[in-house]
Amino acid sequence: MKQEHGGNGTRKYGMVIDLDLCTGCGSCMVACMAENNVPFREDETDKLKSITWMRVYKLTNGKPYPETDICYLPRPCQHCEGSHGHSPCVSVCPATATDYDSQTGIVSQIYTRCFGCRYCMAACPYHARYFNWYDPIWPEGMEKYLNPNVSPRMRGVVEKCSFCFHRYQAAKDKAYLDGQKEIEEDAYQTACTQACPAGAITFGDLDNPDHAVHKLKKQPGAFRLLERLGTNTKVYYVSSREWVRRAGDNYLKTEGPKKVV
Amino acid sequence: MDSALIPNGVRRCSLGKFLVPLAVVGAVLLWGVYAMLLCWFKGLNQTNMNDNYGFALWIWADLAVIALGGGAFFTGFLKYLIGKDELKHIINYAVLIGFICYSSALLILAIDIGQPLRGWFIFWHANVHSMLTEVAFCLSCYFMVLTIEYIPLILENRQIDKVPFFHHLSHNMHGTMAVFAATGAFLSFFHQGSLGGVAGVLFGRPFAYREGLFIWPWTFFLFTWSAAAYGPCFTLLVTRITEAVTGKKLVKDNVVELLAKISGWMMTTYIIAKIIDTLYWANVTAPSKGFNLIDFYSNNGFYGIWILVMEIILGGIVPAAILITDKGRKSPVVRTVAFVLAVIGVSVNRWVMVLQVMAVPVMPFDQWALYYPSWQEVATTILPVAYGIILIMISYRYLPIFPQEAELNPAE
Repeated sequence: MKQEHGGNGTRKYGMVIDLDLCTGCGSCMVACMAENNVPFREDETDKLKSITWMRVYKLTNGKPYPETDICYLPRPCQHCEGSHGHSPCVSVCPATATDYDSQTGIVSQIYTRCFGCRYCMAACPYHARYFNWYDPIWPEGMEKYLNPNVSPRMRGVVEKCSFCFHRYQAAKDKAYLDGQKEIEEDAYQTACTQACPAGAITFGDLDNPDHAVHKLKKQPGAFRLLERLGTNTKVYYVSSREWVRRAGDNYLKTEGPKKVV
Repeated sequence: MDSALIPNGVRRCSLGKFLVPLAVVGAVLLWGVYAMLLCWFKGLNQTNMNDNYGFALWIWADLAVIALGGGAFFTGFLKYLIGKDELKHIINYAVLIGFICYSSALLILAIDIGQPLRGWFIFWHANVHSMLTEVAFCLSCYFMVLTIEYIPLILENRQIDKVPFFHHLSHNMHGTMAVFAATGAFLSFFHQGSLGGVAGVLFGRPFAYREGLFIWPWTFFLFTWSAAAYGPCFTLLVTRITEAVTGKKLVKDNVVELLAKISGWMMTTYIIAKIIDTLYWANVTAPSKGFNLIDFYSNNGFYGIWILVMEIILGGIVPAAILITDKGRKSPVVRTVAFVLAVIGVSVNRWVMVLQVMAVPVMPFDQWALYYPSWQEVATTILPVAYGIILIMISYRYLPIFPQEAELNPAE
């Protein structure tokens, strides 16, 4: 786009997830799996071997009734920028099978280059990376319903949320054909964003003042997961509840949660 | 039947007595090979690893055998570069043990990757920022060095040595061994350090992360240091076991005591550095990420402060204190206890830097993840042990591994 249209080219795609709106329905997880051909097995009881690019965690404030409160926290890949693109996983991959795209801010995974050492999984504090422990096998006939724009992954490689990168590519192509310099906000949206019935997930260019996320990430109650580690993520969360914000990071008993800058 | 192959001036048991234990260990080896083939053909679902435990028993085994095999490079460094000539009586065995450890590490790594046929990508698509890339390059290169160091030993077999070409080749290789020892020490500094860096650079994992010097976290230096300190203890322990099994004295006490003394002092300086590192990490690094030391050792069913005590005090301070004292060093029993404790200490350190890193929850709403290996993981980890025993048995029987053996055990 940069070369083709002469725009500045760089974007920083990210999400703002309003935890006060999330009902924990799991639509985002289902949409993500269907959109990205995420494989599953007949028996998914071992959640530590289930592949869920988008995973909804259930948080509780740990207080007894009637003060009990819960919160559902959807967790896609956080697409960490780290320091100058050195996100925790990208810098450790020995075969350059995962990359930080400075044009979009998206952390990619090159499945055909990954040889399955799983160092990136060890590096990720969010458990956002998943290993294909098994061959991807779909129920008979379901292969016909797979998304033709997303390549299924083979056994023995790592996969993760790509912010539906194939949709970005499609939007880029469409913008080019339409003679547009920029991709419209609505032209590139992730499957989870569109599937959320409560409208809890907002997606866009965090650096673009015309995109909703640009303002939403600055609202009071916004925070990022494990901010103190320096992962510099591109997924922001919002909650009016102090205990939820505090659950987003680790604090010593004497400390209070810091505000996101 | 095989007496023509046995080195001059030494005695060996009958071939039958040799083959029986060889067959037993061989059976264990075949069990490991079967498990290895299962992992290669059916995939890593044969293991108990999961998405929380991407690194587990195998990576620990890799780190541990490489640390224990550090006796090869450090003994070579002491003999060829520092000039501790007495160590020529144990250097052969140190090289053999190093060769076994490093070939085992490479084998385990080959099993541990999800796409074994793509293993070469680590060299072809190398990411220079990754510690694992440095490990792969230096490990492979150093294994080649160890092979070069082991070859002259093979050529010294009584029958092979009769061939003039091999005799001269062996002689000339011995003559240039200082160059390889220096190369080995250089490469070892980097790959031992890189293995420490593998955990130390994980800034998303506060239990593992360490600050450092330029691009190298402190664990880089601590791993190199500990391999140099503890590796010789493993060499000496295996020597002691070999002496017990063969019922012979194979290395003179002055050689053992010299290496034990150097190892003890290396261990002393290492453990001081390790304690400083632990104190800084516990009081500065971890709190800056929102963790207290006790957070890493509580609220779970396995990892407690005991493991820190076991690593630093029982596996560090105690063996170091024994080996730096004349009295402790000179007592065969006490120094053997020190060797055992040292091997446990460095193995626990590697365990902690791999498995506990994976176990500690980082997100506040996450939970501790404990893991136990599957039989396939255990079998493939025992496989290199069996292979090592077989290689030692064959090498001891047919090669002049211990130059002092004939003198210490004169034929009647």
